[in-house]
Amino acid sequence: MNAALELRSVSKSYGNQRAVERVSLTIPRGTFFSLLGPSGCGKTTTLRAIGGFESVDSGEIWLNGERIDLLPPHRRKVNTVFQNYALFPHLTVLGNIEFGLRQRGAGPFDEPVRRVLEQLQLAGKESRRPSELSGGERQRVALARALVLSPELLLLDEPLAALDPQLRKQVRAELKDLQRRTGISFLFVTHDQEEALALSDALAVMNHGAIEQIGAPTDLYLRPATRFVASFLGTMNWCNGVGVRPEALKICRGAPPDGHTPVHAVISRAIFLGPVTQIELRTASGDVLLAQVAQGGDVYKPGEAVQSWWNPADELRLTP
Amino acid sequence: MRLVLALYALLVFAFLNVPLLILAVFSVNAGRFTSWSGFSLRWYQAMLADGNLMESAMNSLVIAGVSTVAATLLGTMAAYAVWKRKSNWFSGSLYLSLVMPEIITGISLLALFQWAFRFLRLQLGMHTVVLAHVSFSLAFVVVVVLARLRSFDPSLEEAARDLGATEYSAFARVTLPYMMPAIIAAALLAFTVSIDDYVITSLVAGIDSQTLPMVIYAMARRGVSPVLNAVSTTLVVALGVLILISHRLRSL
Amino acid sequence: MVLTLAAPLLIVCAYSMLSRGAYGGVELPVTPENYARLFTPLYAGIFLRSFAVAGIATALCVALGFPLALFIARSRRPNLCLALVILPFWTSFLIRIYAWIFLLRDTGLINTVLLRLHVIGEPLPLLYTNGAVVLGLVYGFLPFAVLPLYAVIERVERQDKVLLEAAADLGASSTAVFWRMLVPLCMPGIRAASLLVFVPCLGTYLVSDLLGGSKTVLIGNVIQNQFTASRDWPFGAALSIVLIVAAAAMLYAGRRGGAELA
Repeated sequence: MNAALELRSVSKSYGNQRAVERVSLTIPRGTFFSLLGPSGCGKTTTLRAIGGFESVDSGEIWLNGERIDLLPPHRRKVNTVFQNYALFPHLTVLGNIEFGLRQRGAGPFDEPVRRVLEQLQLAGKESRRPSELSGGERQRVALARALVLSPELLLLDEPLAALDPQLRKQVRAELKDLQRRTGISFLFVTHDQEEALALSDALAVMNHGAIEQIGAPTDLYLRPATRFVASFLGTMNWCNGVGVRPEALKICRGAPPDGHTPVHAVISRAIFLGPVTQIELRTASGDVLLAQVAQGGDVYKPGEAVQSWWNPADELRLTP
Repeated sequence: MRLVLALYALLVFAFLNVPLLILAVFSVNAGRFTSWSGFSLRWYQAMLADGNLMESAMNSLVIAGVSTVAATLLGTMAAYAVWKRKSNWFSGSLYLSLVMPEIITGISLLALFQWAFRFLRLQLGMHTVVLAHVSFSLAFVVVVVLARLRSFDPSLEEAARDLGATEYSAFARVTLPYMMPAIIAAALLAFTVSIDDYVITSLVAGIDSQTLPMVIYAMARRGVSPVLNAVSTTLVVALGVLILISHRLRSL
Repeated sequence: MVLTLAAPLLIVCAYSMLSRGAYGGVELPVTPENYARLFTPLYAGIFLRSFAVAGIATALCVALGFPLALFIARSRRPNLCLALVILPFWTSFLIRIYAWIFLLRDTGLINTVLLRLHVIGEPLPLLYTNGAVVLGLVYGFLPFAVLPLYAVIERVERQDKVLLEAAADLGASSTAVFWRMLVPLCMPGIRAASLLVFVPCLGTYLVSDLLGGSKTVLIGNVIQNQFTASRDWPFGAALSIVLIVAAAAMLYAGRRGGAELA
């Protein structure tokens, strides 16, 4: 009984279109769990089903040992941070944060509200309207509004998508800290693989309404179970039926060390990226490969014929 | 080029507004004829002393009041329902009822009432006028409220539900406050079109339900009268204030 | 909405196929007679005149409204200008027509002033003419045209400003930019404005009744007459059906053709 959330074979379709297909997963208590996938993969539908905004066709949703899939949204002890935050425009910051507590009717609110205002650095902004806040502040109000209710699980629907890129990295770190400090389980939905890898204790990759693989970020990156996971998390070269990450692909002008089979290729592009130079190669069979050469190593020019090779330990054999 | 455009615009604004201004000027003219003979409020006094006018104005106020309340309630509910489940078919019929010539609306309602009277022992009167006014103001209310709802983010309602509000309380505490300016604007608009209507009213009115526009029409047919200038000016000013408030609220 | 629009229309449709009752109302049997009467020269002529009057009024409203809408869109205080258009638009249609009676009649303001100035020897016959009806319609429905025109021009000048600039860059004079870029880009609004003016004008009753007198009889007046003085409801219903079908068809065609209503 240490699972915060458990989905048991949840399915949902709209007309003929299957949005979510027999999705099962377990989120242990106190973890930061991400649902990662391209748009239209069913991750948002899954999130909305947990929140209670979509009914499920079949399957069960359990929250801390209680079945919740038949409850209306307001009876579920989960709260959501919406993609565009959905702050009530006619209420102040304080009004937004107190909204949920007032619905419960249990007072006094002062203590939890003060704590959450402090936690999210919103003290002094209580009487502002959402329209008077910056993007980052809005996001923190959305978090505060949900966290003040001490949910058993917090759902976050691409909460960083509305922020500009520089802010995003900073907020990402704060989000992780917040989760650790509060100990509340987070279910984070995103299409950004870097975000998911950086934040999650565990993640599930979804595609076409189904889960492709669940595991820790390193497991998924180093031991992807499907070609989709391999390609979606980072970049993957496919050569002669095996996959090799660009950072594992090596190139040389002469012969590779003993025991390694060389692949002949011609350099088609070399893009300087600062710490590394990204080399694009074209093999005799027409495959395009990417490799990385660290700053200070050999310099390669487009048109040059080279040999590429890799350690067999780094290669991945996956059925398409 | 800019100057030409500005001069032209000035002319059109004059074309739209000066005829009403002239009525206002002549409503305070002491003389009976179309030549200025000094300032006087005698026509306003005559207007207030005219029993027939005052009675019909009272009728108009009652009809407009009742039908505004009913049309605003029904129209708001209808707009909310349409917003919840989008329907092309509905918006088509909404525009049709907005541009439909009044005479058609009037005779359709008359036909409907007469048909219904075959089964009910009723006659044309205040109730049929009120029903007719509710039915034609409804479209205005729906359009105004719907326009406001179009800019409403549906996830706000979901957020309220997520934070523990029941469906009813999410509507009452989040959606309704958002709709409120539009609802008030719609009510003012419904009141104006109701106070103003002649064509439909004259078709479905009974003997006991003579409204202000019906009296104005009868006076206008008989010809020009200074009392009518006073009535017109009063009505234009009163309705103008309502419309300005309504317009303000809608552009919030 | 279904109840307030569809139910009365169904009843009008049914009435149009029945026989005339003795004191108004309708009786059996079902007859095509009412529709046959529409094709007599008298009524065909009235239909034709109604279309012509509505067409002229619509063309004038759009032609007069477009430059005004352009001015409002470019003005620094568009809300004030819009108020000057909207205010007379919503304040009592009846009174606005009465204002023109006050101005146009033989002893009205225009004739009085012209007589005093000795421009004319005897009053001009202004009231109770086709011209007075068209004037009343333009006066009454000009705001109907200005609002959608303003909406579309404002949007085009904001969103597609770069297109107008590109046209000028490619050598188009400001006249050419107006006719070959602005007007075509505003076409959805022009269509909407035409519809919003034409349909109500086609069925107008008050304007022709008060400003046209007995000389300018339009469909609206005939319909009203059938339901009141003449007590020939089935024929009035048949006339109404034609008007409704024409209105619905134009609205449908306008929407298919991309008219931006509201």
